[in-house]
Amino acid sequence: MARMKFLCDSDRCIECNACVTACKNEHEVPWGINRRRVVTINDGRPGERSISMACMHCTDAPCAAVCPVSCFYTTADAIVLHDKDLCIGCGYCFYACPFGAPQYPRVGNFGGRGKMDKCTYCAGGPQQDGTLVEYTQYGANRIAEGKLPLCAEMCSTKALLAGDGQMIATIYRERVAKRGYGAGAWGWRTAYRETVGA
Amino acid sequence: MLIKRSEGKAARQRLAAAYQGLSSGGLDRRSFLRQAGFGAAGLAALGAMGPGRAQASGAATGVADLSKPIQRVKNICTHCSVGCTVTAEVQNGVWVGQEPAWESPINRGTHCAKGASVRELVHGDRRLKYPMKLVGGQWQRISWDVALNEIADRMMKIRAESGPDSVFLLGSAKFSNEGAYLFRKFAAFWGTNSVDHQARICHSTTVAGVANTWGYGAQTNSYNDIRNSKTMIIMGGNPAEAHPVSLQHVLSGKERNRAKLIVIDPRFTRTAAHATDYVRIRPGTDIPVMWGMLHHIFANGWEDKQFIAQRVFGMDEIRAECAKWTPAEVERVSGVPGEQLKQVARAFATEKPSTLIWCMGATQKTVGTANVRAFSILLLATGNVGLEGTGANIFRGHCNVQGATDFGLDVGTLPAYYGLDEGAWRHWSRVWNVRYEDMVARFDSPAMMTTPGIPTTRYFDAITLPKDQIQQRDRVKGMLVVGHGGNTVTRMPEAVKGLEALDLLVVADPHPTTFAVLGNRRENTYLLPISTQFECDGSRTASNRSVQWGTKVVNPIFESKNDYEMMYRLCGALDRAAQRSNQAVRFQAEIFKTFEVKDNAPTAESILREINRGALSTGYTGQSPERLKLHMEHQDKFDLVTLRGRAGTPVENEFYGMPWPCWGKAEWKHPGSHILYNTQLHVKDGGGTFRPRFGVERNGVTLLAEGSWSKGSEIQDGYPEFTTAVLRRLGWYDDLTAEEKGWIESNGGNFSWATDLSMGIIRVAMEHGCVPYGNGKARAVAWNLPDPVPVHREPIYTPRTDLIAQYPTLPDRRGFRMPHLGVTVQNRSHQVARDFPIILSSGRLVEYEGGGEETRSNKWLAELQQDMFVEINPADAAARNIRDGGWVWVTGPENQSKARMKAMVTERVGRGVAWMPFHFAGHFMGEDQRRRYPQGTDPIVLGESVNAITTYGYDPVTFMQETKVTLCQIRAA
Repeated sequence: MARMKFLCDSDRCIECNACVTACKNEHEVPWGINRRRVVTINDGRPGERSISMACMHCTDAPCAAVCPVSCFYTTADAIVLHDKDLCIGCGYCFYACPFGAPQYPRVGNFGGRGKMDKCTYCAGGPQQDGTLVEYTQYGANRIAEGKLPLCAEMCSTKALLAGDGQMIATIYRERVAKRGYGAGAWGWRTAYRETVGA
Repeated sequence: MLIKRSEGKAARQRLAAAYQGLSSGGLDRRSFLRQAGFGAAGLAALGAMGPGRAQASGAATGVADLSKPIQRVKNICTHCSVGCTVTAEVQNGVWVGQEPAWESPINRGTHCAKGASVRELVHGDRRLKYPMKLVGGQWQRISWDVALNEIADRMMKIRAESGPDSVFLLGSAKFSNEGAYLFRKFAAFWGTNSVDHQARICHSTTVAGVANTWGYGAQTNSYNDIRNSKTMIIMGGNPAEAHPVSLQHVLSGKERNRAKLIVIDPRFTRTAAHATDYVRIRPGTDIPVMWGMLHHIFANGWEDKQFIAQRVFGMDEIRAECAKWTPAEVERVSGVPGEQLKQVARAFATEKPSTLIWCMGATQKTVGTANVRAFSILLLATGNVGLEGTGANIFRGHCNVQGATDFGLDVGTLPAYYGLDEGAWRHWSRVWNVRYEDMVARFDSPAMMTTPGIPTTRYFDAITLPKDQIQQRDRVKGMLVVGHGGNTVTRMPEAVKGLEALDLLVVADPHPTTFAVLGNRRENTYLLPISTQFECDGSRTASNRSVQWGTKVVNPIFESKNDYEMMYRLCGALDRAAQRSNQAVRFQAEIFKTFEVKDNAPTAESILREINRGALSTGYTGQSPERLKLHMEHQDKFDLVTLRGRAGTPVENEFYGMPWPCWGKAEWKHPGSHILYNTQLHVKDGGGTFRPRFGVERNGVTLLAEGSWSKGSEIQDGYPEFTTAVLRRLGWYDDLTAEEKGWIESNGGNFSWATDLSMGIIRVAMEHGCVPYGNGKARAVAWNLPDPVPVHREPIYTPRTDLIAQYPTLPDRRGFRMPHLGVTVQNRSHQVARDFPIILSSGRLVEYEGGGEETRSNKWLAELQQDMFVEINPADAAARNIRDGGWVWVTGPENQSKARMKAMVTERVGRGVAWMPFHFAGHFMGEDQRRRYPQGTDPIVLGESVNAITTYGYDPVTFMQETKVTLCQIRAA
């Protein structure tokens, strides 16, 4: 079975936000909820880099580890989903997530929050695939239709890659080889103490 | 822009009020998504608004029902000029989803933020829903018939009292080619040349500069071809935000060839973040930088001597001018160190193929045309034109600004750059099947027929200046604006006065636009709801000259009508108004007699067929509707880099979208010209030469190519354009068929390739391997321009007052029927530079486009950029006690202008430079104008316009406005 992953090639990402609006468009995500966003560091300075972030569908997902009602589950494609009928909106997953993926609609004036919402890797939720009830709760289920997440499919520079981890790793490896310099991948500097870029 | 928590709260409250229903809180995810139907509930409601929507009821949820069939429709994104294909999923007449358009060789499935959210444009509940008019300062709903009759009565009244030139017709780069052509044709029949569009304010100087250099005013290569470049310079452009999908090709080229990507810009843009080299210049010093590069190139012998000898006229005069620009002088004026520039020059001249990419940083200047000419000359000197991976890759702005320019939404020309002289009018009269004399009668005088009209950058001057200063019968009294924002032109405080003085203002647009709210008008103001191109059939021309056919995705929503129907009905209303007021002139029957009219609108196909008959000069003749549709159907059969159709397919050997020139008749199957002036190909295979448009010799020196010709040419040297006389001299006249000769001889006997409607001359020239327009030299010296050799001229408002004496702007002069001030205004710099020490520049954000009304009304985009802001360098901010995210007042040196916005403190701009995005409007001089929009049509995000601050300053050739260099002061609010 495939292990679905996202990889953002920061040498290519230009912070055009196509991934963000594609996600909004595909799932009719309301104002204020950001399943995906683009983060830019060193904004306006040499070394400026952008990276598109969403739920990374962790192998050992910390959100699932801390959830008091165990609403998370991992699909056969290694996509981390959750059941909104179980979710109690406690917000523990937000504390646990290293990427800030969980989102909450505001439901009151005292900081009360509604049920958690996050990137589904365009794989819907526990309801039957492709049904209206699944769409209204979780958004479109492109995986069931044999498609990949729309954010990656529409990425303007093909920076954001989605698909089986092995396959996107191969694509990325070929790119790095062609460029002839070290990967701009996140964590490269930390792991190998090499400078990023040429 | 990162918003601090303290401001975030305020912003949310303001937006919440503006955006009731979606952000009013109190919803969990499930009820949110019940509201996914909210957009849909809106849609269901619209079903009741017009009979055209009744079919939508089945899909009231706005959500695709996967159990039922979904139709896929292809159209083209309506934002920038890259020309991304949009694949729409339609169910029961509702656009329910967008899928990646993998087949398109241009975008290969991808989009930017704008393209990925275009579906919202035809669902948007902030669209203008029905015609409206101002009554006592209040908007009232009226019917189409009432609106058009009232508008027509007023237009005819102005026509009778002040003449046709007193109605200013402002068209749009959002038109399809057919819409643009129809609007230009309408202006001709109305009897004025005052018809303009966005090209005036984006690339008019490019068109003038490039056409004056080598023949055609367009991008020479394509986005895809950039993949072949080894050195790319992007100067005065930020495609990462303005043309994001183009970066797919740029970055692929950079990776594939390990190419150098050099960004030369005053601002460290998002494009610069991906560059191999970044050169920061002082705004307004492009020519010193160009000449500084050529100084190194000539000094080191890096120029392409053979190319210059064979194909360039006048390079020695350039050499003399560049000799003055020593590294020390370049650094003194522009701030660029000599050694850095030498490295850039060496790479560009020696690591070939090299391409130069530019946008509005080069063009929107008082020296815009001269800048473009200098850029072109750098390409010529290094032999980087006419080959793969080279060229002037001019990224144009709007989705169809190239097409709208080609079809003459321009005060100086009829469609296809024929100009305005008698020959041009006679040509188009033949195409339109009308008598030339009847066209003359429609104008105020024969002289007005050949006099360029009033450009959009100065429309308000034509309203408010004393009558005796404007060379036409009367001032401008009425204005018909179709698809154009009111915040796109500089000097807005003066535009407000102009708008308030108008007798008639008509805004035809999907949105009310800034025009509707800017002036304090109370009467005689009409809004007509026009559909987007997604609700309309037609072709559009991308920046690379590829023509793509867009198929209507859904019927026009609400009561909106498409451009064709609006113009057809308006002409009918004008006929009735003329009858009522006893005027003899009539419109509808004459204008539309050559088209097929269905349901009160001419069909796009029939308009394109007329274009195919008449637009010989640019080779818009081979792109028949059938061929364009075939290309859209077989998009996947084209090569990504060469854009050639693959062997064994229905589009074999053709270039995608048949980039013009696509010579001759559709059945000749000319493939289009992917790369202009490419002598390595046969003219029948898309090859070409530089176009000799300015005679055959100058001061005894030939203007025809020497020792260079396109592949397979029987004339192995330079030659002039083909005419019947040239054919006779060459003994090729009898190669014309009897039918072709018959047409030529029955119409007078003397024709050129560009006016011979039988297309015989073009055919015969190509049979002999010759390019119909001739084989000339590009002109490094353009003697017909104010500066034949481009020279540096300081910006009108400059902080470097020490340089004004040495590099003054042009003297005061006249142009386009109006006075044009130069030194008089520049001399003000001496007084104002002390109080306004910061250079103000402007540009694009990726989320918004143009004046921004449409994109700021799109909830998915508006959420990403909620505030107008000004970028300011940390040193300047610290000196003024301005903190990041704090409110500031920006003031300008004219009209006591001021604007309130947020500060973004960033090193992106250099010290002494501030930058603002130009998409905002709805706040003016600190006042929130939201209440002035018709209820429910106000864009989600409003903000101050940069053009409230920008100042006087026009390019002498095109009246391009100066938006990139002016002065301002900033203080904490």
